[in-house]
Amino acid sequence: MNALETRKLDKSFGNLVVAQDISLALPAGARHALIGPNGAGKTTLINLITGALKPDAGEIFLGGHEISGLPGNARAKRGLGRTFQINTLFVSLTPLESVALAVCERLAVTGKWLASLARRRDAIDEAFDLLSRLGLAKDCTKPTRDLPYGQQRLLEIALALAGRPSVLLLDEPAAGVPTSESTALFDAIAALPEAISVLFIEHDMNIVFTFASRITVLVQGRVLTEGPPDEIARSPEVRAVYLGGAKHG
Amino acid sequence: MSTDPHLWLRHKARVSPYEVAFWIAALIVPYVLLPKYLALASQIAIMATFCISLDLILGYAGIISLGHAAFFGIGAYAAGILSARGWGEPLSGLLFAAVVAGLAGWIIGFMIVRVQHLALLMITLGLSFLAVEVANTFDGLTGGADGLLGIDTWKLFGIWKFSIWGHTSYAYALGVSFLIFLLCRRLVHSPFGLTLEAIRENPQRTTAIGVANRRHLQWVFTLSSSIAGIAGAMLAQTTKTVSLESLGFQNSAEIAVMLILGGTGRLYGAIVGTIIFMVARDQLSGMNPKYWYFWIGILLMMVVLFMPRGILGAMQRLAAKMSRS
Repeated sequence: MNALETRKLDKSFGNLVVAQDISLALPAGARHALIGPNGAGKTTLINLITGALKPDAGEIFLGGHEISGLPGNARAKRGLGRTFQINTLFVSLTPLESVALAVCERLAVTGKWLASLARRRDAIDEAFDLLSRLGLAKDCTKPTRDLPYGQQRLLEIALALAGRPSVLLLDEPAAGVPTSESTALFDAIAALPEAISVLFIEHDMNIVFTFASRITVLVQGRVLTEGPPDEIARSPEVRAVYLGGAKHG
Repeated sequence: MSTDPHLWLRHKARVSPYEVAFWIAALIVPYVLLPKYLALASQIAIMATFCISLDLILGYAGIISLGHAAFFGIGAYAAGILSARGWGEPLSGLLFAAVVAGLAGWIIGFMIVRVQHLALLMITLGLSFLAVEVANTFDGLTGGADGLLGIDTWKLFGIWKFSIWGHTSYAYALGVSFLIFLLCRRLVHSPFGLTLEAIRENPQRTTAIGVANRRHLQWVFTLSSSIAGIAGAMLAQTTKTVSLESLGFQNSAEIAVMLILGGTGRLYGAIVGTIIFMVARDQLSGMNPKYWYFWIGILLMMVVLFMPRGILGAMQRLAAKMSRS
């Protein structure tokens, strides 16, 4: 049984086809990269999987259960975690509060309005532990907006991990991160628990070929080809439309 | 420097000496130093409760409302009509008003949680107009434009009479306000309170971590409406009248002004803003009733331009700066 599977997803905005017949399967523990030129529909696919967008046709399965009809938050509750290409954080809250909130949601206590957050020792410990592992402990009580950009990218990952997802969708985790801060991000991706299946979009081929065990190439909303990294790297088709083509970075 | 996360969170929610001092002063100052102003003090306590209810939805959850007086007025009429029809026991009157206003808030909440920005402003504004017209139409029940008369508020706990001197009124208004404040204080330091702030900051992200945004927003809107209703009921019980204006746009706008003057999302901002607004109105309109809004207009513009976090926010910032240097 696959951790995540999409079957024949279609989506168009008016005349613009952004996803066509996309079928994808991630076994448990997969490290699956999604690459393709700008506008290929990579983020659209992530939005279809998470429920931010409704597909025109097709189905999505998480751990063998169909989730196509569920709202976004219900998909998250079932173990679908994601990060965003552009930082989507709680800027005036601290990282500690942000991650503690995500843990509280997983523990189903965010509805408790007469309980004290400070007394949820379990949630706070878990949040702090997660932040420590990602090297964010030091500044975890500063407002998120004051963190350096690279740390904000790491917080994106921390928020997704706090939900203990079975499938994690990373939308360009390294986008815009300066070289000086990229090591921490590399380490964080390398240290993702093996049991989690990861689908990630990335333009940095260094990251793609380091981490991916399979690659799907998306062009104009369609799957051009799919295979192990060495096969993709050799494919003349891929070279023609993507690797040798326009610049990305 | 390593941070203890538990300590930091506990510190954030701790009771500060300023808070204790404030509530002691709120009890002593009107009774001992300014007994002539007990009626004003009661009104301030009541409006501060109303203002806190708006802070819950506007400051914490990010729901901007221009029609929150609808719930204040619903509570006022609920308690007022109950009393005019023969049941003047004040505490059960409050409870009745809380239930009726809360129910109204829950129903309106289905709409509120589905819209944002301009649509939200228009729906809440429309709500205010609608409430006035409904109350005006059912004048047999509400007294219409003449106001609801015949309210008889029984003795508090069967002992203390609500006299024109306002001794009982202020104790009652302050006591209820304080209890509601404690409840709200608890709420904002709960996992639920944190969730509201997170939804305000970034609803896309809260969805991605599994939060059912609408359910949380509807619940806080219901609670806030209920508290606004309690405030309205207190006004009806202590002034023994309810007018259509209590439901209207002017009242909604004024409470929003008070909140923004004091500073949103900090509870005490609502209290400080209400005190400044009500005291200034009392003093300035005494001097020249026509120009009162001129001054409040200037004050509002100054605060929004130079103190985006409100007067209390600016004071806290100043205090933090001074303690660092």
